Amino acid sequence: MSTRLGAVAREGLWDNNVVFVQMLALCPAMAVTTSGSNGLGMGLATTAVLLVSNVLVSAIRHAVSPQVRIPVFVVLIAALVTLVDLALNAWLHDLYKVLGLFIALIVVTCAILGRAEAFASRSGVLASAVDGLAMGLGFTLALTAIGLLRELLGAGTLFAQASTLLGPAFSFLELRIRGFDGALLMILPPGGFLVLGFLLAGKRALEHRRRAAARAVAPGLELREPSCR
Amino acid sequence: MSLERLRELPAYAPALLGAVALAASAALAWAYDATRDHIAAAEARDLRASLAQVLPAGFADNDLLGDTLVLDGPRGAKVKVHRARRNDAVRGAVFSVAERGYTEDIVLLMAVDAGGTVLGVRVLKHRETPGLGDKIEAARHPWIEGFAGKSLAGPTRWAVKKDGGDFDQFAGATITPRAVVKAVKGGLEFFEAHRREILGEQS
Repeated sequence: MSTRLGAVAREGLWDNNVVFVQMLALCPAMAVTTSGSNGLGMGLATTAVLLVSNVLVSAIRHAVSPQVRIPVFVVLIAALVTLVDLALNAWLHDLYKVLGLFIALIVVTCAILGRAEAFASRSGVLASAVDGLAMGLGFTLALTAIGLLRELLGAGTLFAQASTLLGPAFSFLELRIRGFDGALLMILPPGGFLVLGFLLAGKRALEHRRRAAARAVAPGLELREPSCR
Repeated sequence: MSLERLRELPAYAPALLGAVALAASAALAWAYDATRDHIAAAEARDLRASLAQVLPAGFADNDLLGDTLVLDGPRGAKVKVHRARRNDAVRGAVFSVAERGYTEDIVLLMAVDAGGTVLGVRVLKHRETPGLGDKIEAARHPWIEGFAGKSLAGPTRWAVKKDGGDFDQFAGATITPRAVVKAVKGGLEFFEAHRREILGEQS
């Protein structure tokens, strides 16, 4: 059982990464990743919603009839996002001022409905929780990577404003390259697509090399292609 | 009756959808009620912090949140004016102005002294392009500080440099600073038009 959960986690973080493999949620991924802090914030907020929505959907999966499952999931997710929005606004107001813009965007992230439909509606609660967490963290990883690269190339900073997101203790993360203000293009939408394209190519190349190495060690023992859904 | 048999009933799907919608609405209504006061308090705290940012320290000794006046604004909307007093005399006013930016309205809070000179401007809300237009935020760029001390009477040309004015635009974003300059100028004109009411002078 634990190896199966491990596989679920691995799927979410790397093998079936929301952005890099499933190519879902690209709309918010392109829109908010103008800095590492933004990407991290959006990723963490999405992870929270994904975790709870997966658990809820999994818990009621036997009661939901197939004909109305999509509307039921949509209502659940929309309500959940609104709850998170209200709660953050009321009790973590400073964080809300940074993330507020992104919270509403989570609803349009088809990754959440996608996980509800593809995984949580046919898996146990624990596995769904692990899947939600792993998929969310994989999403966070991807957004933070894209955000950091775009920020570095486009503004010459790293994790600018991290202290408003994570608290003053994290201000050591904020770096600035002196004498380099960056190429504006990378902050603009084309930069998002460029960075995503190069990251995708990089991931491909890495996996290709790994497969080639595995083949050299054990000839005839093909590693399975990452499954596509 | 088992769940499987129940699920086959024609009325099951609509009943389920209705029940989920009802449960979601109930949860939202409860959450709205539970968070309303906290959100209002947090917003009041924010407003107080913003007021403190646009007004020089020690400028006023009254509670600006409680000393307000509602006037007809430049764009047909009502504008809430907070009066800044020291020893009961009105020394200035703080109010918000809005102007359409690149995507939607940029909302500013500005403080003006009794003579019609800008004391300070801060952006309350905007949706400008991150990395370009968001330099109007004081936390990202000192540009917005440039309004302090300017007035309609002075030599200031109220436009961005590209339009022959005195205010810098940002590389790649002209529309945003142009909107902010226009909004602040509009705010000063609004102040001039309502000077008597705001300062409480008799005509």
